[in-house]
Amino acid sequence: MRRFAPFLLLAAVLAVLCVLGFELKPYHRELAIVFFINVIMVTSYRLITTTGDWGFAHVVLMGAGAYGAALIAKHAGLPFGVVVPMAGITAAIVGAAFIIPLLRTAGFGFFIASFAMGELVRLIWVKVQFPFGGTRGIINIPSPEIVGLRLSPPVPYYFTCIIVMIAAVFIMWRLDKSRIGNAWKSIQSDALLAECVGIDVNRYRGLAYVTGSFFAGIAGALLAYRMGAIDPRNFDLNTMIYLIIWVVVGGTATFWGPIIGLVVVTVAFEWSRPLLEWRPLMFGAVLIFFLIFLPGGLESLPAKMRGALRTPPGQQFERLRTWLTTFASRT
Amino acid sequence: MSLLEVRQLNKRFGGLLAIADFDMTVEEGEIRGIIGPNGAGKTTLFNVISGTYKPTSGEVFLDGERLTGLRPSRIAGKGGVRTFQRSAMFSDFSVLDNVLIARHLHARESMFGAIVGTARGMERANEKRALEILEYIGLSAFKDELAPNLSHGHQRALGVAMALATEPRILMLDEPVAGMNLAETERMTELIRNLRDEWNITILLVEHDMKTVMGLCEYITVLNFGKKLTEGVPAEIVSNREVIEAYLGSEDILGDDDFAA
Repeated sequence: MRRFAPFLLLAAVLAVLCVLGFELKPYHRELAIVFFINVIMVTSYRLITTTGDWGFAHVVLMGAGAYGAALIAKHAGLPFGVVVPMAGITAAIVGAAFIIPLLRTAGFGFFIASFAMGELVRLIWVKVQFPFGGTRGIINIPSPEIVGLRLSPPVPYYFTCIIVMIAAVFIMWRLDKSRIGNAWKSIQSDALLAECVGIDVNRYRGLAYVTGSFFAGIAGALLAYRMGAIDPRNFDLNTMIYLIIWVVVGGTATFWGPIIGLVVVTVAFEWSRPLLEWRPLMFGAVLIFFLIFLPGGLESLPAKMRGALRTPPGQQFERLRTWLTTFASRT
Repeated sequence: MSLLEVRQLNKRFGGLLAIADFDMTVEEGEIRGIIGPNGAGKTTLFNVISGTYKPTSGEVFLDGERLTGLRPSRIAGKGGVRTFQRSAMFSDFSVLDNVLIARHLHARESMFGAIVGTARGMERANEKRALEILEYIGLSAFKDELAPNLSHGHQRALGVAMALATEPRILMLDEPVAGMNLAETERMTELIRNLRDEWNITILLVEHDMKTVMGLCEYITVLNFGKKLTEGVPAEIVSNREVIEAYLGSEDILGDDDFAA
């Protein structure tokens, strides 16, 4: 029974999502579509972080997919079902171009270098009129269609996004649980040891980055089709910071952590819409809170609480005191 | 042909020549020790042979195949595998999973295969082999334990188990008994000897603990200031004037006090 519990939960969530597809108000349905796209984004970002590579160009790779989709759909006139995978491949190629030099870096260097490379690509979109359209971007992206069926109305597009999301998440989940996924995690744990037991670290870091980029590109294509127009601002630093917040709030140790983070932050930010002006401040506060008090993210909360409950009350105070002293000496 | 051949190896770090014109051949089935005073370049030599560092010049051959400049993963693929002085393991994984990850070379899995799940049969074989190795090493009771929860001696044994999982021809051990108590040291020494006798694996080890080296190795290479000082069987080494002088004039290089650490 316990074995099937996660699958039952998953089936229940999917059933609810299907009902919501018909019942939601238009505004919330649009929000849900963006949410599904973001699920692909956080999951693919987390896939790359399993090797220990925290990049800052993932949204730009999404943009590469969006631009790829827009250009292919507009100029080659190919259908939705062909354009979306091609957008993924476009982003994967851009990702491959990024990761080759990035393999020389690790940790903070990787973070900064990937940011620089992402900005370089974004600058190309801003500056180059043909074919990227400069600051105005690309407009009049054709409506999505599959064998004559129009996907552009909200309800069909809602279900299209759910289907693509499930496929993408399923593939990434399988990879995470596979030997390849373990090889990625072993690199994060001890890259030199991984190399010495025969894992080609560069090859596997590259594989993770290119795979993550591919799915970011898929997410970008879904976004481009939904909006009908894209410009470089859609893929700027702000969006990347959102992505980081989702992942930090959820945690990256488990496959589902980033998705939990995405759900919680999306709901919290929707509730706090009246405080829109204060949002950058909230970003900062949330990030600092999680990095200091819950570095493992929400996914680590159950284990933490269990640990705290098992400690006798007297020792709890003792632990808090040691924790505070170490914290004080750290800062 | 000898199994491992090192020719005219040099390794320079800026102005420091850590390894100078070093030659060595190791025969198949040998247990070879590399000793030398602190800073003699033992670990550097070890790192160059295993591919962790690239040599400045010179060549390394394994069974006639050139290893020079290859990454450690490629060298592991050709049968040359090293362990670490520190307790090296994949901390988020169980003992069994650590060994399974180290089966990487024997589990070529494609991306498509991973998604569809075609590798089950191969993985079952790998698991069987991993359990065999753990049984042999004496860790099977801890197979589901998280690796960092093991005791120091067991963690080092896990390191050897992971190296064995790659099915090496030559096993390079970096201070295999460092930081171990007497019982653990004895168990490890026994294990190393058995690996050679029963699994036919050639052993190359760097070690600080003189008693272990003298008791275990059949042939010893002495390193001093990056150069080969001498080579020989243990009896020759302990009575060699130069070796004694290199060890700061210590009369009895087996003396516990000097080498206990």
